[in-house]
Amino acid sequence: MPRKLPGKDVVIIGLGWTGSILAHELTAAGLDVVAIERGPWRDTATDFPPSYAPDELRYRLHHELFLRPAQSTLTFRNNPSQTALPIRTWGAFMLGNGAGGAGVHWNAETWRFLPTDFTLRSHLTQRYGAAFLPEDMTIQDWGVTYDELEPYYDRFEHLCGTSGTAGNLRGVIQEGGNPFEGPRSRAYPTPAQKQPFSHTLFAQAAREMGYKPFPQPSGNLSQAYTNPLGVTLGPCTYCGFCEWFGCGNYSKASPQTTILPVLVRQPNFEARTECEVTRILLDSTGKRATGVVYADTSGEEWEQPADIVLLCAFSIFNVWLLMLSGIGERYDPQTGRGHIGRNFSHQTVSSAIGFFDRRKFNFNPFIASGAIGMCIDEFNGDNFDHSKLGFVGGGYMGQVQSNGRPMETTPVPPGTPLWGPEWKRAIRDNYLSTVFAGAGVHGSCYSYRGNYLDLDPTYRDRFGRPLLRLTMDLHENELKMSAFLTDRYAEIIQRMGATQVVKQPRKGPYSIVDYQTSHICGGAIMGSDPGSSAVNPWLQSWDVPNLFVFGMSAFPQNAGYNPTNTVAALAFRTAEAIRTQYLKNPGPLVHA
Amino acid sequence: MAGIARRRLLTTTAWLLCGAASARAMTVKGALPWAPGEADPPQPARPGPWVFFTPEEGADVEALADRLIPPDPDTPGGRDSGCAVFIDRQLAGAYGSYQGYYMRPPFQDGSKEQGMQSPVTPAQRYRAALAALDKHCRAAFAGKPFAQIPDDQKDAIIRGLESSSLQLDGSSGRAFFELLLKDTQHGFLADPIYGGNRDMAGWKMIGFPGARYDYRDWVERHNEPYPRPPMGIEGRPAWTPPRSQ
Ligand SMILES: Cc1cc2nc3c(=O)[nH]c(=O)nc-3n(C[C@H](O)[C@H](O)[C@H](O)COP(=O)(O)OP(=O)(O)OC[C@H]3O[C@@H](n4cnc5c(N)ncnc54)[C@H](O)[C@@H]3O)c2cc1C
Repeated sequence: MPRKLPGKDVVIIGLGWTGSILAHELTAAGLDVVAIERGPWRDTATDFPPSYAPDELRYRLHHELFLRPAQSTLTFRNNPSQTALPIRTWGAFMLGNGAGGAGVHWNAETWRFLPTDFTLRSHLTQRYGAAFLPEDMTIQDWGVTYDELEPYYDRFEHLCGTSGTAGNLRGVIQEGGNPFEGPRSRAYPTPAQKQPFSHTLFAQAAREMGYKPFPQPSGNLSQAYTNPLGVTLGPCTYCGFCEWFGCGNYSKASPQTTILPVLVRQPNFEARTECEVTRILLDSTGKRATGVVYADTSGEEWEQPADIVLLCAFSIFNVWLLMLSGIGERYDPQTGRGHIGRNFSHQTVSSAIGFFDRRKFNFNPFIASGAIGMCIDEFNGDNFDHSKLGFVGGGYMGQVQSNGRPMETTPVPPGTPLWGPEWKRAIRDNYLSTVFAGAGVHGSCYSYRGNYLDLDPTYRDRFGRPLLRLTMDLHENELKMSAFLTDRYAEIIQRMGATQVVKQPRKGPYSIVDYQTSHICGGAIMGSDPGSSAVNPWLQSWDVPNLFVFGMSAFPQNAGYNPTNTVAALAFRTAEAIRTQYLKNPGPLVHA
Repeated sequence: MAGIARRRLLTTTAWLLCGAASARAMTVKGALPWAPGEADPPQPARPGPWVFFTPEEGADVEALADRLIPPDPDTPGGRDSGCAVFIDRQLAGAYGSYQGYYMRPPFQDGSKEQGMQSPVTPAQRYRAALAALDKHCRAAFAGKPFAQIPDDQKDAIIRGLESSSLQLDGSSGRAFFELLLKDTQHGFLADPIYGGNRDMAGWKMIGFPGARYDYRDWVERHNEPYPRPPMGIEGRPAWTPPRSQ
C-alpha cells in the first residue's frame, strides 16, 4: 500500500517544458502545486558548465542527459504481423528525463504551425476533394485555430526571447521573414542570429532560385534578454554543442533559463525529483482523478492526492500512463474504436549532402548553434499546389546544420571504403567543405489507421508494468512527399556550388535505429468531438474532467515543423482556461 | 568533494539505484538545490597499463586500430593516437556492460528496423572475438598472433570480417567488425580526456578546434580558416604538464 501524503491543489506529472509552464502559471494563481519528476534535478552550473559541456562522447554518444531504456522504454514493430521487440538503446528519437525535460537538450528551433495545419482535414477536403486523401489516412482538425493560439505563441516566444525575423506582422508581409507564416501580433523579442558561411550561401542560392529564405526562429539567443518573469538569458556563442547537450552559457531557452529559478522560490511550489508516477488514481465513478501514485528511488510507493492532475510526462509517456491507469478507451485498429493510442505519428525528415571543392569552400562547420539556419517554406503544409503531385503534406527545408562535431559529422562521399587510408583521407578532405544537416528537410507525417500505441504482451519495465508497444510504418504519401521535397532541396544545395550532391530521401520501412527527430506525437489527440478525440480543445480529458493532458500526444497528426512552440502555446492557453474558467466552476470546459 | 560525490550519485547513477534501498528521492522547495562548486566532471582515462584488455588482447587491438586508421606522414594511425587505450577504458566502464540499455529477456532476432537485440555486451564481444581471432591467426600463421602478421594479411582478415567471409569461432565476425570500427573511429575523434585522439591528432587532421565554446568573433568571417589550434576539455598540452605515463 502506498503511503498517503497530504493533499495538494494540483499535482503535475513531469517537470519538463509543459510541467514548468503550468507550475508557474498555477502557483501564480495561488494554487498549491507539487511536480513529480522521474529524473534528477538539473541545473546549468552543476550539470553542464562550459568547462565540460562540450563532450561529444558523453552526451551525444552515451546519451548521458537522456532517459535510459533500462528505466523505461517501449517495444516496436512495423506491423501487426511482426513480434514487437524492445528498443534497447535509443535511435529514431530521444527522450528527456529530469527537471527541464527535453527542454534541456533540445535545439530550440521555435516554429509556429501554419493556420491551415490546424484545420487540416477540412482544408484539404475543400481544396482537393475527400477522394484525394488515402483511404486509411486518419488526419483531423484540431478543434483550435491559429488565431486562437496566436496570443500564446507570442507568450512562449517572449518567455524564451526567441531570435528571428517576422514574416507577417498583423497581416503585413515583412521583407526577410517567412511570408507563409500566420499573422503575428508582435515582432520576435530579439533579432535573428548571425549566420555562418554555408547557411548564408544556402539563402543566397535559394533567393537566386526565386524562393524567399529567412532565418530559422531560434531559442539560441542573438543577444542577452530578460524575460517577463525577470530571468535573463545570455547571448549564444555558436559553440556547436547544442542539440543533445545542455547549454553552459544560459543562452538556450529551457525551463532552467526561463522559469525554474523563479518557480522554485514560490512558497506554494514543490518539486520531487527521481520519483516516477506509476499510475493516476480514479475514484469509484471512474470520472474523477483523486491523485497519483509514485515510486521513489528506493522503490517505496507514495500516494499524492490532488484536486487537479496535469499529465505533462511527454507524448508517449502520457499515453502509457493513461493506459496503465485505465483512463479512456484504448484504440482498437480493427474496429477503429477507442482513442487512447490512436493516430501515433512521427516526422518525415530527409537530407542531401553537399560535397564542395575544399580549395574554394571552408565552412567551419563547428561554428553553429542548435537552431541556426536559413530556411524556405515554399514546400511546407499546403503552401504549394498538391493537385498534380499525388501526395499531401510538406515541410520546411534549409541549411540548418547545427554542428561539426567530429564523431557525428564527418560524412564521406559514397563509395569511400569504411576504413583504411581512403577513409582517413576522405574525412580529412571533406570535413571543412561539406554541407550536411540530417534534418535539412523537415517533413510532416500524417496519421494512419495502422500506426498506433498499445501495451506489449511480453516485455515489462522495472516495476513489472507492460511496456508501451509502438506499431508504425511509413506510408506511400510520406515517401512520395519525401522524394519530392528532397529533390527540391538538392537543387538548392547544387546551386550553392557543390561538386557532388548525395540525396537521402526518407525510405521505408520506418526504422527505430536512425535518429530522425524527437517529435513523436498522437495517442491522446485533441478535438472538438468526444467521438473522435481523447481530450477537448482545452486538453481536458473527455472522460475525467479534472485531468488535463499536455504535449504532442494531443497532435492529431504532425506538421512540417518542430512542435514545441505549439505544445507550449496550447499549455499557456489551457493554464489561462484553468485560472479563469475551471477554478470558478470545476467540471468540463466543453460539454459533449 | 562531498558535493561532487553527491551530485554524481544523483545524476549519473540514480537510475541504477532504483530498487536498492539507498538514495531517497529529493524534494526541491524554496531555492535551487545546489551549492557552489558542485559539479559532475568527466572522469579522465587513467594513464598506465591496460585495464580491460590482457597484454595480448591490447597488442591485437592496437594492430587492428592501426590498419583501420593507418599512419601516414602527416598524422599518426590508430595505435599511436591511442585508439586501443580509449577502447580499453570504455570497455572497463559503463559502455562495456551496456549500462543503461534495456537488457531484459526474452532476446530474439528482429528486423534491422528493430535495432540491436543481442544480449552480448561490448566487453563480452571483444573478449570472445579477440580470443577467436587469436586462435584463427595462430592456426593460419604458424603460431603468430594478429599483431605479428604482415600488414596485407591483417587487411585480408579485416576484409574477411567485414564481408562475413571469415567466421570467428563462436562469435560473429561482422558484429565484431562493426563494433571495433565504430569504437576505433570514436577513439580517434573523441576528446583526448578519454585516452584516444592523443595530442588531438584526429582533430588537427580534420581541422576541428575542439571544446572552444565561443566563436562569436568568427561566425561572420565567412570562408576564412579558423586560426586557433584545438583545445580539449583538459585544455591544451602546452598549458598543462604531461601526465606521467
Ligand atoms: C534532442 C532533441 C531535440 C529537440 N529539438 C527541438 C527543437 O529544436 N524544436 C522543438 O520545437 N522541439 C524540439 N524537441 C522537442 C522538445 O524538447 C519537446 O517538444 C518538449 O520538451 C516537450 O515538452 P513536454 O513537457 O511535453 O515534455 P518534456 O519536456 O520531455 O518533459 C516531460 C517530463 O516528464 C517526465 N516524466 C515522464 N514520465 C514520468 C513519470 N511517469 N513520472 C514523473 N515524471 C515523468 C520526464 O522525465 C520529463 O522530464 C527536441 C527534443 C529532443 C529530445
